[in-house]
Amino acid sequence: MGLAYKFDWSVLWREPYGEWMLQGIWLTLQLGFLALIIAFFLGIFVGTMRAAPWKLLRLVSTIYVEIFRNVPFLVQLFFWFYAVPMIFGKTLQFKINAISGLNYYAAVVGLGLYTASRVAEHVRAGFASIGQGQYQAALSTGMSQWQMYWHIMIPHALRLILPPLTTEFLTIFKNSSVAMTIGVAETTFMSYKIDSDTFHGLEATTGAMFVYLVLGMAVVKTMSYIETRFRIHGLVGR
Amino acid sequence: MFDAIINNLSYLLKGFLINLELAICALAGGIFLGILVGLGRISKNVWVYHSVTLYVNFIRNIPLILVIFWFYFIMPILVGKPMDPFISAAISFVVFEATYFGEIFRAGFQSISRDLVSAAYSTGLTYTQTARYILVPIAIRRMLPSMITQSIITFQDTSLAYVIGLQELVRRTTIVDSMEVRSIQLYSFVAALFFVICFVGSRISRYYEMKSREANIL
Repeated sequence: MGLAYKFDWSVLWREPYGEWMLQGIWLTLQLGFLALIIAFFLGIFVGTMRAAPWKLLRLVSTIYVEIFRNVPFLVQLFFWFYAVPMIFGKTLQFKINAISGLNYYAAVVGLGLYTASRVAEHVRAGFASIGQGQYQAALSTGMSQWQMYWHIMIPHALRLILPPLTTEFLTIFKNSSVAMTIGVAETTFMSYKIDSDTFHGLEATTGAMFVYLVLGMAVVKTMSYIETRFRIHGLVGR
Repeated sequence: MFDAIINNLSYLLKGFLINLELAICALAGGIFLGILVGLGRISKNVWVYHSVTLYVNFIRNIPLILVIFWFYFIMPILVGKPMDPFISAAISFVVFEATYFGEIFRAGFQSISRDLVSAAYSTGLTYTQTARYILVPIAIRRMLPSMITQSIITFQDTSLAYVIGLQELVRRTTIVDSMEVRSIQLYSFVAALFFVICFVGSRISRYYEMKSREANIL
């Protein structure tokens, strides 16, 4: 049996599919960056709470992290998109569902909140590796708790955890592909759409793979620049 | 209150069983292939090393959904007839997870002292025997917490087989939801099912981590 399949790589660039792919890439970038901003700041916030000296804050942040880490991202996304608008009751629900681009917002928020739980764990690990000495030194100079976290602990922890953060930022762009399930027309969605239009899904998905590959390399390059820029002198570097 | 769940309970749970089955296939294949990938990543043979490294770096930069689609598209071309989504999904999971388990095994192998391997060779063990009796058992024991964590992630990932129409829990939930329109309770139920298993799994992982730290083998 020979291969009865005729490859047609032009589905990656010919009209209108090339434009579809570019639109998909643009949306993947948007999703990734917006979610990254949410995940970064919320992750620092929740991670700091995880290490805070107040029991209630620790409890709240632990529940947050455990829930978001132990439920598949796909289920979280469906929850935000299908279930959450229903919470507001019938009349408001119809108004919410009428918002154009609701799936896009759900994807950004969902991806951001999910990744924040993972960033928070790294931030907590960063705090744990700093040690008690610096914390006590900061307090003994007369800093308040807030000043100590803001000026000493968070900047130090962030510089320590840059390598695992790189992995998380890579994962954000990869996970943004799940947004296709609620109809956000990002790269993976577009490659699937090209398949339903042309039956050449193999070429389209292969092309999409290289898009993610290039995107991943760009993230790694950027992060390694940030890492050298912000490395702590005197520690073992690479 | 829970009417939509109760009315469709057996239908939904059968879907969850498919998630479990898929996870078991993915783990069995992924860990076995992962051992080979891990060995390839520490291989002194440049051809083996570079081809395995290329495979790992390529797959790890690609979303799982895309890998699932890719195999879903290529399998019918290779086999010549439409493919069962379960088998297609299982193959993509094995190929995908093997790279993650491979990196875990590489870390495990690299934690083993070179002297131990030299000792094994000097007693006359071949490469295969050294890998089978020395490297793999020690690596598994040391890397057990990471392996459990990765297994939990794999289990969560099985929900993504949704995209090729596999009748697993999330797909069945969307079907039930389209008839009953009870999104809040249905998706909370799905989240709770996954949460229980993954939470227990993460505790087990942490238990082994503590235990091995106490026993000082880490």
